[in-house]
Amino acid sequence: MIKILFDFIVFPGFLFTAFVGLLVSWIDRKVTARVQWRVGPPILQPLYDFVKLLGKETIVPQGGSKLTFLLSPLLGLTAVTIVSTILWLVMISPGKTFLGDLIVVIYLLTIPSISIILGGFASGNPLASLGASREMKMILAYELPFILAIFTPVIQAHGVIRLGDLLQYQWAKGISLGSWSGFIAFIVAIICMQAKLALVPFDIPEAETEIIAGPYIEYSGAPLAVYKLTRWMMLFVVPVFLVLTFMGGIIFEGWHILWGISKYVLLLVLIILMHNTNPRVRIDQAIKFFWGPMTILAVMAVIFAFLGI
Amino acid sequence: MELKTKSLARSIWVFHFAAASCNNCDIEILDALTPKFDLERFGILLVGSIRHADVMLVTGAMSHKGAVRLKRLYEQASKPCLVIAVGCCACSMCIFQDSYNKAGPVDRFVPVNAYIPGCPPKPEAIIMGVVRLIKALKKA
Repeated sequence: MIKILFDFIVFPGFLFTAFVGLLVSWIDRKVTARVQWRVGPPILQPLYDFVKLLGKETIVPQGGSKLTFLLSPLLGLTAVTIVSTILWLVMISPGKTFLGDLIVVIYLLTIPSISIILGGFASGNPLASLGASREMKMILAYELPFILAIFTPVIQAHGVIRLGDLLQYQWAKGISLGSWSGFIAFIVAIICMQAKLALVPFDIPEAETEIIAGPYIEYSGAPLAVYKLTRWMMLFVVPVFLVLTFMGGIIFEGWHILWGISKYVLLLVLIILMHNTNPRVRIDQAIKFFWGPMTILAVMAVIFAFLGI
Repeated sequence: MELKTKSLARSIWVFHFAAASCNNCDIEILDALTPKFDLERFGILLVGSIRHADVMLVTGAMSHKGAVRLKRLYEQASKPCLVIAVGCCACSMCIFQDSYNKAGPVDRFVPVNAYIPGCPPKPEAIIMGVVRLIKALKKA
């Protein structure tokens, strides 16, 4: 019992994920600053932001639904924490897997977006509901290619839906990224990940220059801090999920740990480069892009995987 | 309390309220946020929603209609929210003080924590104003 609580609250659960999330969001801001030829914020900056937001007044808008407004940030935070716990426990010891945990993780990764939708609609602000409806369209757009892409390594491993078995198959027979079908699916998954993290070019739901901050517009104080923390933790958890499914995860012995971490850093660099070199697309362009080229590529990857290419 | 003030002083999110100004002060504020001066070093960010803001920058000679909006925005902000008046118009109305369609300087409507005079103030002056505000915060 204490072991389970420790897993969820300290290592690999909440505290660990939050700590790495803060660090990763600092790396994101620092690299962005260097790209723009600036100095950038100090390393503790995300922590200052978080503590400051915790100390500020929380305002609930008059026309909003109080309970939903205050509880929906926690929904997303809990989901991310559980995903992180499942992923790291499986990577540390592949035996700790259970039937269908891959599907559980895919479901739980959608919940932060759903919490943003709930919070946006609950705040009763017209701009927030506009942002929330855009977020809903984005989920409909990117979930199909994302799930198809994730199924490619599953098909390659002869249909296992346990993360631990998937890992062990990749350790034995080579990583999924090494094959053509895996490579195509990986590209699709990276672009869907960018949309899942709501970063440029797919930060349409919270487009700062047109609908201010979208669903977050009425949030202040502690709930906003929780939303920010959830986003930073997502920046850590979603790439780790891709590392696990496509690149054989992180092996916890000797030098393999460094090699595993460098896989994650590679994905992080890709994310930062993408969001520094792209403009924001419109919502209709995004949906066309995900339901058109991305879904076609993902279906191709699945067919290739069935053919064993 | 100590931790709260310290983190507030290191992470100031700015909301920009342009009240009928001639845009010179607004341009200088944007200048202060460009890579040359790089205010993100001190954790200063521009935010779009008043609910997220710690500091409200007010520029321009306040009109009668703008004054009502300014008061409402200040009430909507999550406290502690500081107000900085940027430019001579916002500080003291300057040449507009006898104008029939202007309502008066900013401190007639909301409490102002720092005044940055100038027409327009240089980015260096704006940064100095913010630094003094941070120092006053840390003392208080």
